[in-house]
Amino acid sequence: MTSADWLLAALGTVAVAAGHRVVATDRLVRAGLHLVLCLGAVAGMYLVLTAEFLAWVQVLIYVGAVVVLLLFAVMLTRAPVGAAADLDRPGWTAPLVGGAAGLGLAALLVDAYRWTAVAPAAPGTPEALGAAVFRSWVLPFEVVSVLLLAALVGAIVVSRPGGRR
Amino acid sequence: MHPVLPFVTAALLFGLGVAGVLRRRHAILLLMAVELMLNAVNLLLITADVTVRATLAAATPYAGQVLALFVVVLAAAEVGVGLAIVLRLYRLRATVAVDDVPLDRVEAGR
Repeated sequence: MTSADWLLAALGTVAVAAGHRVVATDRLVRAGLHLVLCLGAVAGMYLVLTAEFLAWVQVLIYVGAVVVLLLFAVMLTRAPVGAAADLDRPGWTAPLVGGAAGLGLAALLVDAYRWTAVAPAAPGTPEALGAAVFRSWVLPFEVVSVLLLAALVGAIVVSRPGGRR
Repeated sequence: MHPVLPFVTAALLFGLGVAGVLRRRHAILLLMAVELMLNAVNLLLITADVTVRATLAAATPYAGQVLALFVVVLAAAEVGVGLAIVLRLYRLRATVAVDDVPLDRVEAGR
């Protein structure tokens, strides 16, 4: 194992442990903060995988915007700050289905890739990704801009107080 | 590097997200679990992109990373609209527990 492998294994362990706390804790704010840890560890994995632009996008948009938005929603809905007992459904169906999905997919991927090693590819710098987007993906890029505008307007219309009388 | 390590991490994160979506009753925690699943897919896309680019010379360069970029943008839009719906639900019901939302009758105004 090289140092990149050790880093990937360590960051992956942190990400999975934090992700487990996100879906298992009984405190809302802690779930949000563990989500930050999980997303940060995944951003570190992107860096090790040479996808440096995606790593900074992950930190800026996920950790910076999405988690802050989620914590705002926690405040605005006056969610319980301490431990709350009614956040989960009882029963073992969900852990069983989730565990089966995760372990099944992991087994498939392990069977497909075994312990093969790949040489590090050319890094995903902003220049390289920009060239790829504007050479091969221009139409999806424009469609995404329209979709963002639609989502913005939709969010404003839905959350406007007393909009539909 | 060995691509199986990030691949297995992505699979386990996806399983955790599935378990969270099925188990959680609070709408905001449900959105967090959805974020976990989207992140797992992004990790899978980026690892596949790096692996394929290292082994196949003819592959479209950076296709996986560009797709992951689009998934990040879609996740941001999804959270925006999702939280608007959650806030609307809270104003209507004073609760965000998804089990308490009746789906078979239309709510009157406000």
